[in-house]
Amino acid sequence: MSSQEKLSILSQAARAEIDHWLTKYPPEQKRSALLPALHIVQDENGGWLSPELIEGVAHYLGIPPVAAYEVATFYSMYDLQPVGRNKVKVCTSISCMLRGADELLAYMESHLGIKAGETTPDGRITLKKAECLAACGGAPAVMINRNYHENITPEKANELLDDLE
Amino acid sequence: MSITLNEICFRTLHQHEPWTLATYEQADGYQALKRILANKTPSQEIVEQLKVSSLRGRGGAGFPTGLKWSFISPSTPAPKYVVCNADEGEPGTFKDRDILRFNPHQLIEGMIIACYVVGATDAYIYIRGEFYEPIARVAAALEEAKAAGYLGENILGSGVTCRIHFHVGAGAYICGEETALLESLEGKQGKPRFKPPFPANFGLYGRPTTINNVETFASVPVILMKGGNWFLDLGKPNNGGYKVFSVSGHVNKPGNYEIPLGTPFSELLELAGGVWKGRKLKAVIPGGSSAPVIPGHMMMDLTMDYDCIAKAGSMLGSGAVIVMDDSTCMVKVLARNAEFYHDESCGQCTPCREGTGWVARVADRIEHGEGTERDLALMTQVAMAMVGRTICVLADSIALPVVSFMKYYREEFEYHVKHKRCP
Amino acid sequence: MIEVEIDGKKFQVEPGKMIIEVADQIDSGIGEIPRFCYHKKLSIAANCRMCLVDVEKSGKPLPACATPVTDGMIVRTRSQKAREAQKAVMEFLLINHPLDCPICDQGGECELQDVAMGYGQDISRYNEGKRSVKDKNLGSLVATEMTRCIHCTRCVRFGDEIAGMQELGTIGRGESTEIGTCVERSLVSELSGNIIDLCPVGALTSKPFRFSARAWEMEQAPSIAPHDCVGSNLNLHTLRQKVMRVVPRENESINETWLSDRDRFSYEALSSDERLLQPMIKENDEWLVTDWPTALTLVAEKLGKIAQEQGANKIGALLSPSSTIEEIYLSQKMLRKLGSNNIDHRLQQIDFSAQDSMPFYPGLPMSLEDIETQNTLFLVGSHINHEQPIAGYRVRKAALLGCSVFVLNPADYTFRFPVQDKCIVKPSAMPNVLAEVIKVLLEKGIEEPVAGLRELVNAVQPSEFAHTLAAALLTEGKKTIILGAIAQNHSHAGHIKQLADALAKMTHGHVAFLTAGANSAGAWIAGGIPHRGANKKNLTHPGMNTQQMLEARLSAYLLLNVEPGLDCANPLLANQAMSTAEFVVSISPYFCHKVASYSDVLLPSVPFSETAGTFVNAEGKWQSFKGAVQPQGEARPAWKIIRVLANLLELPEFDYQSCDEVYGELMQKVAENKADSHFSLSIPSYLPQTIVGIERLTEWPIYRADSLVRRAPSLQETVINDSPVARMSLDLANRLQLSADCHVIVKQGEGEAILPVELSDTIPDNTVYIPAGFGLTAELAAPFGAISIERSDS
Repeated sequence: MSSQEKLSILSQAARAEIDHWLTKYPPEQKRSALLPALHIVQDENGGWLSPELIEGVAHYLGIPPVAAYEVATFYSMYDLQPVGRNKVKVCTSISCMLRGADELLAYMESHLGIKAGETTPDGRITLKKAECLAACGGAPAVMINRNYHENITPEKANELLDDLE
Repeated sequence: MSITLNEICFRTLHQHEPWTLATYEQADGYQALKRILANKTPSQEIVEQLKVSSLRGRGGAGFPTGLKWSFISPSTPAPKYVVCNADEGEPGTFKDRDILRFNPHQLIEGMIIACYVVGATDAYIYIRGEFYEPIARVAAALEEAKAAGYLGENILGSGVTCRIHFHVGAGAYICGEETALLESLEGKQGKPRFKPPFPANFGLYGRPTTINNVETFASVPVILMKGGNWFLDLGKPNNGGYKVFSVSGHVNKPGNYEIPLGTPFSELLELAGGVWKGRKLKAVIPGGSSAPVIPGHMMMDLTMDYDCIAKAGSMLGSGAVIVMDDSTCMVKVLARNAEFYHDESCGQCTPCREGTGWVARVADRIEHGEGTERDLALMTQVAMAMVGRTICVLADSIALPVVSFMKYYREEFEYHVKHKRCP
Repeated sequence: MIEVEIDGKKFQVEPGKMIIEVADQIDSGIGEIPRFCYHKKLSIAANCRMCLVDVEKSGKPLPACATPVTDGMIVRTRSQKAREAQKAVMEFLLINHPLDCPICDQGGECELQDVAMGYGQDISRYNEGKRSVKDKNLGSLVATEMTRCIHCTRCVRFGDEIAGMQELGTIGRGESTEIGTCVERSLVSELSGNIIDLCPVGALTSKPFRFSARAWEMEQAPSIAPHDCVGSNLNLHTLRQKVMRVVPRENESINETWLSDRDRFSYEALSSDERLLQPMIKENDEWLVTDWPTALTLVAEKLGKIAQEQGANKIGALLSPSSTIEEIYLSQKMLRKLGSNNIDHRLQQIDFSAQDSMPFYPGLPMSLEDIETQNTLFLVGSHINHEQPIAGYRVRKAALLGCSVFVLNPADYTFRFPVQDKCIVKPSAMPNVLAEVIKVLLEKGIEEPVAGLRELVNAVQPSEFAHTLAAALLTEGKKTIILGAIAQNHSHAGHIKQLADALAKMTHGHVAFLTAGANSAGAWIAGGIPHRGANKKNLTHPGMNTQQMLEARLSAYLLLNVEPGLDCANPLLANQAMSTAEFVVSISPYFCHKVASYSDVLLPSVPFSETAGTFVNAEGKWQSFKGAVQPQGEARPAWKIIRVLANLLELPEFDYQSCDEVYGELMQKVAENKADSHFSLSIPSYLPQTIVGIERLTEWPIYRADSLVRRAPSLQETVINDSPVARMSLDLANRLQLSADCHVIVKQGEGEAILPVELSDTIPDNTVYIPAGFGLTAELAAPFGAISIERSDS
C-alpha cells in the first residue's frame, strides 16, 4: 500500500475528528490519540476494526502498524471481527451476578437464540458478556450500544432487545 | 439516624440539573479557586490544608493527598501534568460515574487547583470508554468552564493557564492502575510500569505528573472552602472527612452513600435499606472485589474507615461495599471474582499472566463439583505464589481474596468438592 | 562509589547500577541470577520476574534487573525468600511451556531449559491443557514455534529500540497474549535475525538452520563478516567440515552483540551447488576439468605471452572489494611485477576524477563508536541501513542521543532513525545541492577554503534545505558528512567528493566514506588501485581504473571473485570487454554461467570460511581470521593460487609459505612508512548540469551486493531484497501512460532491458530506479545517466 492508499482508507470525517483529538496532546505525542481514533474509525465502520483500518490509523498517527494492533487487541471495546448492528453487553461481575446477571444472560441467550459472543443470524445483535461496567448500584446492568440500562429484569430485557433495529 | 448525607462530592445532588455550571456556582462552586487566584495563595499553604484534612486517595490505595501534591511544586521544570483517574471499574465500585455525571464542575475545580499547586498547564481526565453519558457531561462542563473563564489561558485574569482535556479508555480494568493509565493515555497497551520511578518523577510522557482519583479531586474545593480541620473533624483522625461508599449486592437500596469516615457499618447497611428479602447478612467485601471478604457478624462491629477495616484484615479500597445474604454461594462468588482478574490481567508479569488463569480454573472446577481435595490447597498455594511478585497488585487482588474466602468459608469449598454442589 | 553487599560479598560500585549488572560483573563471583526478560542491550521490562532477589528492608522480593543499588544495600540472591520467589516464577513459566525439548532447535542452548534445571520441579501441578499458539510466518529467516514463547518481550523491544522499527508486538492481553505482527507479514528489518539470539527459548529460531544440527555437536570458529566495511565479528558454527550457521561474536566497539541478516545468513552460499570445486579449462568451447598444475601453467604461459608480445599493460585485474588484504596485495604485486598497473577493486564506480585527492584509504576518520558522539551527521547518497546495517544502527544511536541527521538522496529511503531534514532530488541534481549549501555558508561569511569556490557556486539558488543544513553545520559540535554508495558510484562522484570536502573544511567537519564490500579500505592500503602502489606508493605511470580497463578492451583480464555483469557499474560494457578479450581467467569460489561463457580458465578459490585472511574495516581496524573448515574439493585459497601463478611467471619475491607472511610483509611496509593521510583540497572546474529528461538511479540491493550473498537462498527470498524492476513515481508513470501491471523497455545506449514497472512515492520525478546485480539488468549500461523508457507490449 502506498502512503496515499493507507491514508485514504480513513474517511474525511474520521480524519477531521482525529485531528480534533490531536489538539489535546503535545504535537510530538500524536500516539496519544490512538485509543480515541480507533473508537472513531470503529464507529464509522459498523462497530468493528479491520486490519486495514488499524493500519490506516497507525499511518495517520505516524506509528508502526503493530503498535496500533497491540492496542486494538488489548482493549475489550474494540471488535476485530464484524459485529451486529447493536452490541448488547451484560455485566456478569460480582455485584450483578449477586442480583441475577447469570439468569438474565441465560434469558437473553435463549431469547435471541445465540450464545454470548455470537451475533444473531440477521446481524441485528451481538451479545457479549462484560466485566464490571461500574453500574453495580443498578445491578444487573446492561450496556446497549452507548447506553447503560440498570436493574434489568427479563421482562425489561425483552423490551430493550425488541426495540433494537 | 443522625448522619447528614452528601456533604462533599454529592452536595449538589438534590439540586435541579446539578451538573450545570449555574447550579454549581449557586452552591459556591469555583469560590475556592477564585479565592486562591485572587490571593495568589502559595501552593504550600494549599498542600498544608490538605495535609491537615487528612484527605486520602479515594481510588483505593488511600495515599495522603497533601503529601502527593507536595512532590511537585511550581518550580519543578515544565512540562508537567495533572491527571484524573476516572477509569472506574473494580467490581462493586460505581461512585466516580455518579460524580462525573452529577458534579463534574467540582472535579474540574479540584483539578484546576491541582494544576495551580504543581504549576501544570495541562491536565487530562482519563474516563473509561464505556462511560458515554459521563463523558458527555464532562465534555459539556469543560466547555462551560472554558466559556466562563475558569479554563484556558489567563484564567479569571490571573495570568494562570490551565487546560483540561478529557481522554477516553477502551475497556481494560488495569488502566485504573495509575501507571497503566498513563501508558494508555500515551496510546499504548495499559501495562503498569515498574516503580520507582513514580509518576511524580516520571509520569505522563516521562514528565512529573500528579494523578488522583475523581473523588479525591472533587473533595478538594470543599476542603479548601471550609478548611482542613473542618474536613478532618467530619471523620476521625487519620481518616478525615466524608467518603462515598458504593453499596451493592443483596441490599434493598443499593447506591452511593456519602457519609463520614468512621461511620459504623451497621448504619451504612441501614442506609442501604438493610439486607434484601428479609434475609440475614452473610458476608461483606468492604472495599471492592480486591478486598478480602469479612463475615457479616464481624462486619457489624466495624466502622467504615481505612484503619478499622485494615485492622480486620481487609481494606477500605475504593469504598465499594458488596453485601451478600445467607443464600450466597461463596464458592461461586470467589470463582466469579477470579474470572474477573483472569480476564483483566494485562499479561506482562509471569506470575499474574499464568497464575490468575490457573486460580480461576481451579476455582471454577471446585464450584462445578469437579474439584478435588488437592485443589483446595492448590488454589491457595497458587494464589500465594503470585503475591508480591508482580509489577502491580492485580495478582494480589485475587490472591488475598482467595486466602480470605478459604479462611472463612473453607467448609463451603469442601462441601463442593465432596458433594459436588452447594450446601 | 557506594558499597553494596550481595550474597555476603561487598562491592564498591557506581550508584544507579542495577543489582543484576553488579552481580553480572565478570569477577563478581556471584552465581548467575536467573533472568529471561533482562538483556543488557535492551530497556528494562522487569516483567518475567525470574530475577527476584531478597533485598534487606524490602518486604517483597525485588527484581534484580530493575532495582538500583543503594549505599549499604544488602542483597541475597539465594536466601529462602529469593529461592521461593524464583521457584514460583519458574513454575508459572513452565505450566504453559510445551515439553517438546527433544524436537526443539533451542535444546542445549535454551535459557529456560538451563534455568529450569536449577529452579524447576520434576512434576507439574498444572493438570489443565497447555496453551497452544498459532505459529506466525515471519518470512524466510526466522522460524516460529509460538507455543514455546514465554513473553519476555525481548524481541519486541529489540525492534523498537535497536532495529528502529517495531515489527513485533504483544498482541492481545493476559494469558492469551501472543507475540505477533499486525496482519501476518514478513520481517523487513535488516537486523531481524538478532531476535533468534535474543529469544531465550525456542519460539524464534533460525529458519535456514532448522533441524540441521544440535548446538552441542558443532564446533565454533571465530571469523569476520565478509560483506560490508563494518567488519562485524562472528562465529562460524561447523559440523563435519560444513558451516551450519553464523552467530555474532561480541565486540563492543564494532557490532556489539548484533549481526546483520546479510552477515548471519549468507553462509548458506558456502555450500552452494554452484561452488566451483575443480580447476577447469576451456578447449574448443567445452569446459574440461583439469588439475592445478595444468591450469596454472596454462594461465602463466598465456599471461606471459601476452605481456611479452603485446605489453603488460594489455593485462588488467578486477578484484572483489571483499577479497582479503593478502589476496589483494599479492594480486597487485604480481600484476605490477609483470609490468601492469591495471588493477582495481572499485567495480561499482564510474567517476574516478577525484581519486588523487583521496586519503590513504577511504573510511571513517573516527571509530564506529564515535559515530554515536556526532552532533550533526549528513548522509549523502547513502542507503546506510541496507549498505552497512550495523553502521546504520550506530547512526540510530547517535540520533537517539540527539544528533541531527540530514540526508541528501536520490530516493526517499526509510531509515531506522529519525531524520531532521531531507532533500530528495534526481541523482544528477545532487552535486548542485551541495553547492547550494556551500553558497549559503559563503553568504554567511564563511571564508572560501580554496580559491574559485565562490565563483563555482555563484549561480545556484539555495533551497530551504540548504539553509537549514548550513545552519546546523555551523553550530558547535562534531559533524561528519558520510558519503554512501550512491555518492561514490555517482557519475559525478568526483564532484560530490570535492564539494563535500569543501563543505567539511568550511564547517570544521569530517568526510567519511562507507565503501563497498568488506575490504575496500584494505584494497587501497594494499595497492588494489591503479594509481597508487601498496602503502600509497607513488607510481610514475598510473594504470587504468575499472572503467578504463573495460573501455580499453584489454587482451587479458584476471578476475578475482568478480562476476563482471553483476558486480561492475557498467555491466553491458563489462560483458562486452570480457567477451572480446583474448584471455580471461576467473578465480572464484563459484561457477557462473555468464563468466564461464567468456572465460578461458576457471580457478576454484575458497570463500572466507575456508581461508586465512584479513579485512580492514572502515575505521581502519585490521581483523584477521583463520579458515574454519577445510577448502572444499580442489578449491584453494586465492592467495595461494596467485602465489603459485607468480612463481610460474617466474616473478621474484613470491616465496610465501603462509598467509601470515603476506600479512607481515604488508604490515611492515605500512608500519615503516607512515602514509601521509593529508591531501590538498581541490575543487571541480564546473558544476554538472541536472539531466532534463528521465534518468537512471541504481543501487546494488542489500542481498545482491556480492557473489556470496547472491547465492544465499533464504536472503534472496526476503521481502527487502529488490527484484529487477523499473521503479518510478506515479507522476512519471502517468505521463508515460504506464501502470503497475505493465512492462517497459528501458534503453540506455546500446543496452536494452524489459522490466516490470513498480510505482513508488519514494522516487523523485523523472527518475527510474533500476537495481544492479541481476542478470536482467546486466543488459544495461552505467548506473546513472539519461535513459529512455517506453511501454512494452509483450
